[in-house]
Parts: sequence; C-alpha cells; structure tokens
Amino acid sequence: MSTFTPAPGAAPITRQVLAQASMEARLMLRNGEQLLLAVVIPVIVLVGGVQGAERVDLSYGVDTFVPGVLALAVMSTSFTALAIATGFERRYGVIKRLGTSPLSRTSLLAGKVLALLVVQLLQAMVISGVGLALGWEPDVAVLGVALAVALGTVAFASLGLMVAGALRAEATLAAANLIYLLLMAGGAVVLPASAYGSFGDVVTYLPSGALGEAMRAALIDAAIAWRHLVVLLVWGTGAALVTARTFKWE
Amino acid sequence: MVDGLVMRYGDKVAVDGLSLDVAPHTITAVLGPNGAGKTTTLETCEGYRRPQGGTVRVLGLDPVRDRRALLPRIGVMLQSGGAWSGVRAVEMLRHVSRLHAHPLDVSMLVERLGLGDCGGTPYRRLSGGQQQRLGLAMALVGRPELVFVDEPTAGLDPAVRRAVWELLEEIRSDGVTVVLTTHYMDEAERLADRVHIVDRGQLVASGSPLELTRGGTVATIRLVVTEPFPPGAPPSLAATLGEGTEVAQLDALSLQITGPADPSTLGKVSRWCEEFGVVPESLTLGQRNLEDVFLDLTRREQLAPPA
Repeated sequence: MSTFTPAPGAAPITRQVLAQASMEARLMLRNGEQLLLAVVIPVIVLVGGVQGAERVDLSYGVDTFVPGVLALAVMSTSFTALAIATGFERRYGVIKRLGTSPLSRTSLLAGKVLALLVVQLLQAMVISGVGLALGWEPDVAVLGVALAVALGTVAFASLGLMVAGALRAEATLAAANLIYLLLMAGGAVVLPASAYGSFGDVVTYLPSGALGEAMRAALIDAAIAWRHLVVLLVWGTGAALVTARTFKWE
Repeated sequence: MVDGLVMRYGDKVAVDGLSLDVAPHTITAVLGPNGAGKTTTLETCEGYRRPQGGTVRVLGLDPVRDRRALLPRIGVMLQSGGAWSGVRAVEMLRHVSRLHAHPLDVSMLVERLGLGDCGGTPYRRLSGGQQQRLGLAMALVGRPELVFVDEPTAGLDPAVRRAVWELLEEIRSDGVTVVLTTHYMDEAERLADRVHIVDRGQLVASGSPLELTRGGTVATIRLVVTEPFPPGAPPSLAATLGEGTEVAQLDALSLQITGPADPSTLGKVSRWCEEFGVVPESLTLGQRNLEDVFLDLTRREQLAPPA
C-alpha cells in the first residue's frame, strides 16, 4: 500500500469529542487573558471580599463568599471565555474548517462543554484552596453543587454561544465582558440576593442570581435549591433554542 | 458531478447553470478569473452551501443530505484560515488527525511539507506559505479519497511550490482524486489531467491542457532580428502573409505574428526577411499556452470601458 492510498473514515465519536475537549481546554489554559478571567479575577474577588467584609464588618464571611466566587468562576468560563473563544473561532475559520472534518456539530458542542467542565474543575480547586486557607468551613450537598454547576454551565454556555453566533468577534469580546461585569456587580453572583434589598427577588430570576443562590444553598446549608435550578434550566433551554436558530457557523 | 448548478447571492448570480465532472484518480483544475464562481462551486461540493438550482453529487453522495457519510471521505483545504490563532502548527495537524480513523503519520506529513522548522510556532506567527502548507496537510491527513484544494500554491516560493506539485502528483498516483482551483496557468498546465475554465459562473471550456492549447488554427510566431526593424515592417509583413494575420511589434527587435497558419507560413516569413533586408536571429512557432487560451476566453468585455 502506498503512502497516500485512501483509507477514509471517522474516528470513534468518543475519541473525537475527547480530542476536541483536550484541544479546547489546552487553548483556554494557554491564553493569558482567559486565565485572568478564569482564575485571577475570582481569587481577587474572593480575597478582597473576605478582607473587605471584615474591615467594614459586613455580615458576610468567607462561607458566603466562596460559593459566590465559585458561581462567578462558572459564569466567567462558560459565558465570557466561551463566547470570546467561539467568536474568534468563527472569525478565523476554525469552525468552518472543522465543519468539513468528521467532527459533527453535536460532538463539537460536547467537546466544548467537556473542556469547560475541565477548566471549571481546575478553577474550583484553586478557589476552594484559597477559601480553605481563609478559613472556609462548607456544609456540602454534593448533588446540589453538581446540579448547580451542570445547569449553570448549560445556561451560560448557551447564552455565550448565542452572543458569539450572532455578533462579530470584536463585538462579542465587548459584549461578553460587559455583561460579565454587570452581572458580577448587580446579578447576585458573589453577594447573596438578600443583599440587594427589595430588588433581591428579581435578581434570583437572572441566571447569575439563580446560580449564585443555588451554590450558596448547596455549600452553606447543604440544601438543593430546586426553584433556582429550575430557573437555570429555563434559561438554558430558552437560550439553546434561540442559539440553535440564530447561530451562524461562519 | 456538478449538473446545472445555480447559486445566487442576493440578485447577483455567482454560478449560472454550471455543469462539470471529475474523473476518479485524476487532477482536475478549475480555472477562472476572480469572482468566476470557483470557490462557491467548491464550497457547494463540500456541503457548505445548498444548491439553489441543479444537482451536485460528490462520490455519488448529496453533499448536504449525506454530509456525515461524505465528510470523512473528503479532504478540504480552505483558501485561508482554519486554525486557532494560538495553536501550534503540528498540534493543529495532530488534532485533525485524531478525528479520523486511519490518519497518515503526522511526522511524515510534517517532513514532506517542510513544516518541521515551524512545528512549534503558533498559527498566527506562521508565514503565509507555512499556513498554506499546514492547510494542505490538514486536507490530506485523514487519507481522503477526494481532496478539494483552493489555490494550493498561492504565495509559495518556487522550491516549495515544486514540492507541493510533486506531493499532489504522488497522491494522484496513489489513487486520490484532486480538484484544485488556481490562478496559475503553469500550475494547471503542469498538474491537471483535465481543466475546466469557468467565467461568470459558466463553463467556457473543458479539456486536457493539450486539447485546450492545440485548439483552433491560430498560431503565434515570434520573429527576433539582429538589427532594429526599419519603419513600416509590420504592415509589410502582414501584407505578405495575407488576410487575417495580425503583426504586432513587441520591441525594436521583435515582432509577434498571430493568425491562421499553414505549412507555408514560416517559409513566407523567412522570404520576407530576405526581401526586406533584415537578418533573423530566431523564428519560433509558438504553441498557444494555457494562459493565451484563458485570456482569449475570459477577456471579452473585461477590457471594454464601463458604459
């Protein structure tokens, strides 16, 4: 058989998804700006929040901040980092190129989600480590955390792809960062909804507030916050439906 | 393979009833000026676009409906881009290879395409030529039956260009079918078994390079002399050769004769030289090359001033 004799065929789907996931995770971890967003900002928020709260004698301590910052980390990776990366993938023709490879769109998405979960696991390890060093004493509902992370990832990833699939790469970069900052400040991610006074009920219907509340319930009271999980599910489903209709692969 | 394809962008017709076919295990070149519809046609074969009229079959499959079955069997080289900006060259190639069942050996391909020196370089810092070669490597790594290559040697230096040609000839002899678009006539002439010339979305000529260049009874003769021509030489020569002959002065020492040629033509030219008192240094009967054919077929209104 000569060197180039045709022997076409797709790799098994699991191998394709794993290849895509490891490629995307490596690229994400290699990118300085992405790391800033994924690790540095959450850690600064955590340390700053805990120190600041002590100084001004807020009622929130490290037990409140760690779940909030974990939620923030999910949001930064699943929404902002994914949207920016996907926006530039469209720009550089990566999605077009992979479109003629055996990798299906479903496998591409599965690879992306898997990469997000890997990065989020690394983020969680760093943030939890810093939290424990600051005296964090969680009371954990494992299922609650798992559901919150899974549904939060789906909701924010769908929203991120919605932005990336509709706007140009530069506009995606700007929009994803802006929305991230607004939600971080006013979306009840880091601080509990109760801190927002009469506005508090409303923000729990935002994906950010729902994720933050679900994480706090699972890590402070070892509870599963079904109402907030349903809110995340609704956001995830809605955004996925819109994205499926509007996403342009090129 | 492509039959009566029609593609429009808005009210602009990009491909207008194009029909062409590709024989297995050959290299087929699609030639045409910019905007002729080459890339659109290729992208329809690759399943990126749905035909708005006509039918397209690739390896017997419908590129849109049977996309999943077709994709593993074809390799595609895009005109540009197609990799993450931060990905290293070899890492990208290895990634694409992992999506296939029986990929080629990545290090062999890297060596064949001279990508060894830049294997660890991020894509955004590769030169244009390196990006081209990586694109070709990505098209080949899955061991496809059919590859579509969009301008494979644009921007490559002559040595690398030759290496790419040799590679394409080798994959053809190993049983791969190659469809390429190109602007370079020498590339089509040297590589292609069959050439389709496309202009404004329509097929204007098809055939082997030899068939296309032999076409017609028009010959090109170039006459170079030792001393500058005296004034009035071109009309005098044209009168000698008779009706339908054009004589153009290229520079002080050379003339180009275009027109119907027969066995007596060269003799007439040399007799004219004797009578006119010029000493020929060379007299060549030129085969039309593919470039002449291409320009004849596609020039038409392009040179006319806009109305």
